[in-house]
Amino acid sequence: MDAAPDTLVCRNVWKVFGARAAEQMQAAGEDAARLVAMGLVPAVRAVNLSVRRGEIFVIMGLSGSGKSTLVRCLSRLIEPTAGEILFNGQNLLAASEAEMTQIRRHRMGMVFQHFALLPHMTVLDNVAFPLEVQGMAQAAREARALEMITLVGLTGREASYPRQLSGGQQQRVGIARSLAAEPELWFLDEPFSALDPLIRRELQDEFMRLQSRLHKTIVFITHDFDEAIRLADRIAIMKDGAVVQIGTPEDLVLSPATDYVREFTRAVPRAKVVRLASLMTPGPVPADMPCLPARATVAEAGRSFLSGAERVGVSRDGQAIGTVRREDVIRLLLGGEA
Amino acid sequence: MSALLLSAPRPFDGRWLWWLSLALSLALWLWGRAALPLAFDYPKAWQIPAAAWIGGAINWLVKEASLGPVAFSDITRGVAAVVDAPYRMVLALLATGVQQQSGGVTVQHVPPLSWMAVIGVMALLGHWAGGLRLAALMVVCFGFIAVFGQWQSAMVTLASVLVAVPLGVVFGLALGILAWRFAWFERGLRPLLDLMQTMPVFAYLVPVLILFGFGPTAAVIATLIYATPPMTRITTLALSRVPEEAHDLARMVGCTGRQRLWRVLVPSARAPLMVGVNQVIMLSLNMVIIASMIGAGGLGFDVLSALRRLDFGAGLEAGLAIVALAIALDRLSQAVAQRGTANDIGWQHPYLVAGLAMIGAGFALGLIFPAVQTYPEAARLSTSAFWAAAVQWINLTFFDTLEAVKTFFLVWLLVPVKRFLLGLPWLAVVALLGVAGWRLGGWRLALLTAGLSFLIAATGQWEKAMVTVYLCGISTLIAMAIGVPVGIVVATRERVWAVTRVVIDTAQTLPSFVYLMPIVMLFRVGDFTAMIAVVAYAVVPAIRYTVLGLQSVDPRLIEAGRAMGCTPWQILTRIRLRLALPEILLGLNQTIMFALSMLVITALVGTRDLGQDVYIALTKANPGNGLVAGLGIAFIAIIADRLLHAYARRARARLGLEATA
Repeated sequence: MDAAPDTLVCRNVWKVFGARAAEQMQAAGEDAARLVAMGLVPAVRAVNLSVRRGEIFVIMGLSGSGKSTLVRCLSRLIEPTAGEILFNGQNLLAASEAEMTQIRRHRMGMVFQHFALLPHMTVLDNVAFPLEVQGMAQAAREARALEMITLVGLTGREASYPRQLSGGQQQRVGIARSLAAEPELWFLDEPFSALDPLIRRELQDEFMRLQSRLHKTIVFITHDFDEAIRLADRIAIMKDGAVVQIGTPEDLVLSPATDYVREFTRAVPRAKVVRLASLMTPGPVPADMPCLPARATVAEAGRSFLSGAERVGVSRDGQAIGTVRREDVIRLLLGGEA
Repeated sequence: MSALLLSAPRPFDGRWLWWLSLALSLALWLWGRAALPLAFDYPKAWQIPAAAWIGGAINWLVKEASLGPVAFSDITRGVAAVVDAPYRMVLALLATGVQQQSGGVTVQHVPPLSWMAVIGVMALLGHWAGGLRLAALMVVCFGFIAVFGQWQSAMVTLASVLVAVPLGVVFGLALGILAWRFAWFERGLRPLLDLMQTMPVFAYLVPVLILFGFGPTAAVIATLIYATPPMTRITTLALSRVPEEAHDLARMVGCTGRQRLWRVLVPSARAPLMVGVNQVIMLSLNMVIIASMIGAGGLGFDVLSALRRLDFGAGLEAGLAIVALAIALDRLSQAVAQRGTANDIGWQHPYLVAGLAMIGAGFALGLIFPAVQTYPEAARLSTSAFWAAAVQWINLTFFDTLEAVKTFFLVWLLVPVKRFLLGLPWLAVVALLGVAGWRLGGWRLALLTAGLSFLIAATGQWEKAMVTVYLCGISTLIAMAIGVPVGIVVATRERVWAVTRVVIDTAQTLPSFVYLMPIVMLFRVGDFTAMIAVVAYAVVPAIRYTVLGLQSVDPRLIEAGRAMGCTPWQILTRIRLRLALPEILLGLNQTIMFALSMLVITALVGTRDLGQDVYIALTKANPGNGLVAGLGIAFIAIIADRLLHAYARRARARLGLEATA
């Protein structure tokens, strides 16, 4: 997985709001403090990041941190003021509006915080809408939409209108719609923030299930650190428009780069973040020893030691690669360092 | 203007300028007549001959103007044809059938839809949109029209409404979209819309009459001018309120500009847009009577001619028929808005088949039984005689009392106020308005208020404008004096409010002419009659906004007041009324607008103000005078509106209900 190529790369991306921002920025240079002094609002500041193919890349930040602006810059819904955005090597900022339309139609999908379902259309029509816009024939697009509706578990609700659905169901429709055009890059802008906690959890599981089947490249925005840790392969933490730290959930929890990041990770139980891979001792595994996936967290592994076993095997892609010791697991579960 | 003079803004900081200009004005008023006569009477020599200019311009338009080879009159004729063709069709369907004139004899080839078929189709529509209750309401409304013998006129009116509404919606939507799309277009359109909505309808009846000739076509066009602006405003507002995510969605799925507008944004704004459609329907019905002055015919003409004959009963019945039509169309359009999504309104077989069957059966049975085709004469009811008798009885019994009341008001209130206002130097009033504008809204507002009031003086309308202000001001004050206490009493009593609401809703759909008739019969023509009619009409918004303001006060604050041990009186005066002030001010604003619009109508009963000028211009088909007088009224309305809005905004900002920025 580490070898997967980068699908989306941001190089020094800026978004500055204000009158004649681009010219002003040319004059002032890339200095956020000076821009603020000039009465401009640098909402995204010098962001560098790369999203690998097939990974879930979560951008986490509190409200006003610029995460929503950043994700809109990535699809050029908002025009970045400076920088480069490479999508499979193509610089999006150099693409014409017509090219962008084609890219958005066929290669990007987006899920919105407040669902953005069209109130005058049925579930089926909503899901088929991106295909209709492309000019796909009715029969073909409805067949495809039905497939998507089945995928998100809404079979039987095709003829309903959005107002007749619960929030969770509405967002399922939003997800189905964003997947209808088979995009390779999938943006989710705080998709579960408007839902109540139980439904949110249910949809997070659903999302993980979908991703295990679809293997999309995902940029996921959230303000909820627990959600970020639960879902992310890697997380970028944003503050005041800038990226503070990028890393796996374990990286962030075990070695936060700043006090700001530490503040978020403080309340997170280590055992729920640390994966077996970083606790194991590489080496041969006895053939009869039960194995857990390397991605499993320590908390998930705890149950396997209930039988009194001293060691449990760890496997990756079906290959046994090492073992984890009971006392290491217990120490971590009790709150000690790894 | 009256609002300013009678309820001067409370002085806060910067009050010295206010007091200074007040003192100067007072000095001018007391001692200036000899020293500075031109401050009292605007010099004739400096007058702007606006009426002559406008009259000349319209004459030129009609007689000479052309775009290349196409004469302007051809263009108006083209526009008229666009309206005329669908109107003739709908009219034939509903009212006249297919006829042919040959040698002075009218030959009926195909009869119009029978009354039973129309009621049946309306009931079906009601059932489709809102179930049995709505279907029953439709039967009651249209049944009422048939029973009281208003069927033929009502169908003529319905035909013009059915033509005006779709056109108004389409134009309104198109203009609204343009205004939303292009900021410059909006900037240009906004003052025009303000003017269209504040200018009394009479004022543009004359130009429309000259350009399009006397007849239903001109009436439909005048209706369009009146009914389109709200649709335009609502469209612009609704589109700009569509959530940002919908825009993002449209771009993310790669919509073209057209797809984005018609597939995403307009449907997302459907609910407010349907409110706009409803407004167009209601305003079109409001125009029915006035439009009949330039040939609309139908119920409006019946009301108007009843008013001229002073036949209260006939006028009331035709007026109530308009109300029945208004209620039916209002409820139906609201139900359709709630029920319908674009996809639903396909071919709904059972309804369509039943509707066609009813029309067919009505036609076939109508050939055999005339009573099916036309509502039988013998089964008609009329209350005319009863009302005539009632009015006569009141007049005979209470003549002295009524006369005494009238004289009392005239001598002690109306005449002194009128004298006072007419004696004011125009220069001082213009200056005071400017200062008030500056205090409340900065130099822009000052320029507007002073400029518009100066224009009234400069076009030689000062005296008549003052009469308008005096009538409108007194009526507004009385309306507020009645409306605010009533509002306070009913606001906290849910049951009473429910009843009151039905009463004032009905009062508002009742055409304003209907108010006029009984009052004229009791008090005869004159200022006092006009005042009563205006008060009766304008008291509705006073009550409504007071209740709205009081009910929207945060209940936690009232709870807090009670917790601190306030008496009910203290809660009312110290908490509720203070916080409701902005809404009450907007109510005052609405009351003034209502009063001004009613004032023009009272010109029919002989006032001597700008409204009378407009009305006379209409009867003489003099477009210049009519428009100038109409603009004068519009200016008064705009000045009052802007000042009160600025004051209400300040009040809201002070209460922290609205950001100061």
